Amino acid sequence: MKTENNKGWFFVAPVLVLVAFNALIPMMTVVNYSVQETFGDNVFFWQGLDWFQQILRSDRFHSALGRQFLFTFLILIIEIPLGIAIALSMPRKGFWVPVCLVLMALPMLIPWNVVGAMWNIFTLPDIGLLGYFLNHVLGINYDMTQDPLAAWVTIITMDVWHWTSLVVLLSYAGLVSIPDAYYQAAKIDGASNWSVFRYIQLPKMKTVLTIAILLRFMDSFNIYTEPFVLTGGGPGNSTTLLSIDLVKIALGQFDLGPAAAMSLIYFAITLLVSWLFYTLMTKDDLN
Amino acid sequence: MQKRSIVPIVYILFLLLPIYWLVAMSFKTTNEILAGFSLFPQTFTLENYKTIFTDPSWYWGYINSILYVSINTVISVVVALPAAYAFSRYRFLGDKQLFFWLLTNRMAPAAVFALPFFQLYSAVGLFDTHLAVALAHCLFNIPLAVWILEGFMGGVPKELDETAFVDGYSFPRFFATIFVPSIKAGVGVAAFFCFMFSWVELLLAKTLTAVAAKPIAATMTKTASSAGYELGLLAAAGTLTIIPGAIVIYFVRNYIAKGFAMGRV
Repeated sequence: MKTENNKGWFFVAPVLVLVAFNALIPMMTVVNYSVQETFGDNVFFWQGLDWFQQILRSDRFHSALGRQFLFTFLILIIEIPLGIAIALSMPRKGFWVPVCLVLMALPMLIPWNVVGAMWNIFTLPDIGLLGYFLNHVLGINYDMTQDPLAAWVTIITMDVWHWTSLVVLLSYAGLVSIPDAYYQAAKIDGASNWSVFRYIQLPKMKTVLTIAILLRFMDSFNIYTEPFVLTGGGPGNSTTLLSIDLVKIALGQFDLGPAAAMSLIYFAITLLVSWLFYTLMTKDDLN
Repeated sequence: MQKRSIVPIVYILFLLLPIYWLVAMSFKTTNEILAGFSLFPQTFTLENYKTIFTDPSWYWGYINSILYVSINTVISVVVALPAAYAFSRYRFLGDKQLFFWLLTNRMAPAAVFALPFFQLYSAVGLFDTHLAVALAHCLFNIPLAVWILEGFMGGVPKELDETAFVDGYSFPRFFATIFVPSIKAGVGVAAFFCFMFSWVELLLAKTLTAVAAKPIAATMTKTASSAGYELGLLAAAGTLTIIPGAIVIYFVRNYIAKGFAMGRV
């Protein structure tokens, strides 16, 4: 189909230059820091792989990593099925389709720190809508600055609010690409709703769901701004996710070496897990 | 009205509740907010908005944000167009590896890059300019634009190219007057996504600016802490950040679902 043409490189050159400028130079800086020690004044000492060992052995890193995996796991397990369910129940055509899509996409267009601030004032115990409702109408003692569980529930709810629409829009795009003939054939065969979903809709959504899961994994694994603004990592360290911890080390304590080593480990984990997801989900296509 | 439409309705209500609360707060005075719970603004005030529209340190935040987001969108789409064409039409040495490498740049946490970005852009003398933020956001927007555009281009039959060349079109003329117009929707969707991801990003934008190109999101965090706890003002500023996105999304409403589904995995 495609022509063999190495002129393609001329076409991609501008992209290559711009992305490489932004990706390779900072990445090399990080690699540099990760193997050196500095006491300021731009004097550096060779440190070898000490920082990597230190990070990999530190309890602080392990617990931040654990919280990060728990967060991402919960996000995926809630947002993916919920997104599919909502997409399935949306109208396929007519006036309401664009209205639904625009309203649903709205949360994704709000700057991330505004999302955090918005949820902060939404959940304030005495003057926020949700906080007031929970505390004074339902009588549940809810205060996420005190209670780690409440903080977790809040950041999870916030992320579900923020990003489920991405899964909805992707699944919906997969659904509308199914020709009506498929449904008619299923009707003639007397297929149940479940088998229509299992054998027609789900396979057709596979590509877009792969994109959805990958994007949700990467973005939730790298999440920083929203939980930082909402909880600041607290109470205690209970919602200190990986990137919040990383920024604390890098900019708060100015420990450049350990922070750089941690960045590289972090990046490697993201790459590895993304690759695993990708291989697992596209395995059937290759056979 | 079908029974199942209850699901999207409930979901949309859930989405709108926090937004309603933000908007409602923006019309309250800070005193009213702190005095206690009220579902609707009791003393309706536009004072918060007036502050924002009359104080340069506030409204310049919006102008700065819109400036760098626009520059970024233009750069991303313009350089992504030929690249996406190459990926969709040609096979060349290392094309698959290059494509994958581009996508991996979406996986790098911005927190990793904050400090090196600061040093890099300081070193080239671009620190605190709109161009710096626009270029930095290219890191994740260009791969995305290439990805989306490549998907749309794949849907254009190759015969279009061949016919044009037989008719004597030069490549640049064919590309600009025939090919790009034929994927208008794709360009719109790609531009929309670039706008969106540049608009919502804060960490890099904040790291790369100080005064002259400071984004609105950074203005908000600073003013909120220095002026005590001005919730009303914060809510008004937040409300205003939703508007550009809402306007942009309106233009691509019919293509947005399609844009998501495009592109190969």
